Amino acid sequence: MQFGIFSVSDVTRNPVTGDTPSEAERIQAIVEIARRADQVGLDVFAIGEHHNPPFFSSSPTTLLAHVAALTERIILSTAVTLITTNDPVKIAEDYAMLQHLAGGRVDLMLGRGNTAPVYPWFGQDIRQGLPLALEHYNLLHRLWREDVVDWEGSVRTPLQGFTSIPRPLDGVPPFVWHGAIRTPEIAEQAAYYGNGYFANNILAPNFHFVPLVNLYRERFAHYGHGTPEQAIVGLGGHAFIAKRSQDAIRTYRPYFEGSPIYGHSYKLEDYLQATPMSVGSPQEVIEKTLTFQEGFGDYQRQLWNVDSGGLPLELALEQVELLGTEVVPVLRREMEARRAPGVPDAPSHAKLVVAKYGDAAPRQARPNPNRGDNLTGPTPYQDEELAA
Amino acid sequence: MTRNLVIVSAGTSQPSTTRMLADRIAAVSVERLREMEVTTTVGAVEVAPLAVEAARALVTGVPSAELEAAIEEIAAADAVIAAAPVYKAGINGLFKSFVDVLDDDLLIAKPVVLAATAGSSRHALVVDEQMRSLFAYLRALTLPTSVFAAPEDWGAAELGERIARAATELAVVIDAQIERGIADRAWSGYRHEFAGNATRAEQTAANVDFDSPLMRLAAGGRTN
Repeated sequence: MQFGIFSVSDVTRNPVTGDTPSEAERIQAIVEIARRADQVGLDVFAIGEHHNPPFFSSSPTTLLAHVAALTERIILSTAVTLITTNDPVKIAEDYAMLQHLAGGRVDLMLGRGNTAPVYPWFGQDIRQGLPLALEHYNLLHRLWREDVVDWEGSVRTPLQGFTSIPRPLDGVPPFVWHGAIRTPEIAEQAAYYGNGYFANNILAPNFHFVPLVNLYRERFAHYGHGTPEQAIVGLGGHAFIAKRSQDAIRTYRPYFEGSPIYGHSYKLEDYLQATPMSVGSPQEVIEKTLTFQEGFGDYQRQLWNVDSGGLPLELALEQVELLGTEVVPVLRREMEARRAPGVPDAPSHAKLVVAKYGDAAPRQARPNPNRGDNLTGPTPYQDEELAA
Repeated sequence: MTRNLVIVSAGTSQPSTTRMLADRIAAVSVERLREMEVTTTVGAVEVAPLAVEAARALVTGVPSAELEAAIEEIAAADAVIAAAPVYKAGINGLFKSFVDVLDDDLLIAKPVVLAATAGSSRHALVVDEQMRSLFAYLRALTLPTSVFAAPEDWGAAELGERIARAATELAVVIDAQIERGIADRAWSGYRHEFAGNATRAEQTAANVDFDSPLMRLAAGGRTN
């Protein structure tokens, strides 16, 4: 089981002090948060992708490459990478590059995005949002697995003889999670490929995403990747923790009430009751998270949002610290103890390498020489024979 | 088989003329159905007590248990009598807010009698120009006769005649099980919410059509 944090990269006015951090301050803060997550033993740090204020994360791979250089073992991921408005060719290149720089500590979560104008800003048609997401991923999947791709579809210019560089580290593409909150086709795509499915598990009632998770599990089995219980499920969540329950509520309340998303229509207590949000002592957050395992079945990845809504850096770091020292160690033990036999952990680069090569040495792609026109000809790599 | 008629009323006073009008339509409909040897029960969703819940659900996407219960009652109904008061030359915002939280496919082919009340007969077209288009969006089966009542109508026999016409239409359509007939033959042809509140909403993989063009694209673009 992996535990970690995900940030949407919002730059939000602190409702307590009234101050709005600068973009520069928030960008430095998120690097600090990611480093601390690594230091306290969290497994995953994930960052969102946005293309408008009040967010800062337009370029997740740039941030994650920097974080990779400053951290030791944490997996770097996204929440989410826009599979609709990004060119899948650029995603293939950027994330393979990141994967090399991070020594394999990379996976990514694909999503359609929730900001309508991003489509036209990037020259896409929102009415085609779902076909875009599906077809883009189908292409991305091939770009990471086939050295030379001929491809023709309806949403992108065709490719002939295209090689995405660098090839994935050790010949093993980054693991992909598909995020969806309402679309069965996305769950189906995750199941078809044996990829992970992630439900953000925020801004919705308790267990709202169970039908989609179950659909994914059943179809994962249908496509022969394992039993439904072995499907790779990730869940989000939102947590605010203090040593004592009443301190957590008291400290967090102004951030909740000042939030443009949560606060103006719900009482904090009612919201905690009705949704997966956890605000309380470590024990309370542990108990609530254990209900996720009961409701969704055994799952592989739990991410919490701990830095949004104008929370100052010190408080966000405290959250990371409490997760790492008090919440996650207990959850690791408890969830492991409750987990059914045969349910796998989330894939990591090391495990995927072993699954692909066993004891053999993984592939190291070495290009053929430049012919003089900046191309290598029909077999770009030395270990490839030209097909007869 | 007992049929179930559900009133959705967005009147606000106690008692409200909007609810009174809906009750009259319901009573005559039950009578017509009895003549056709169909037993009918009548339920009612009063929207006013759900006003805050509906607004919260709209803003946060988190419906309360009370709101869910009301939606389920409507989903399970054999027919709906939808009644709104006219405020400021339109249906009241309360009624519209409630409709805004319903799944788009909750009322597909469901028989709906449209009814509205107003303080002046000058608003008479609100029921046909606003409510009918709203329920057309929801792909409900709105009945030909809508019922509008201004204050003077409560002293006019013609109101009773219109109510009787609407009730007859409703009774015939319920008895003929039109909703079921359409849904049995064409449910998959409408656009749906997965795991939504509609009685026939797809809840599990077992009732999802995996042969749709998008599902095939999801599965790697398979062509078989």
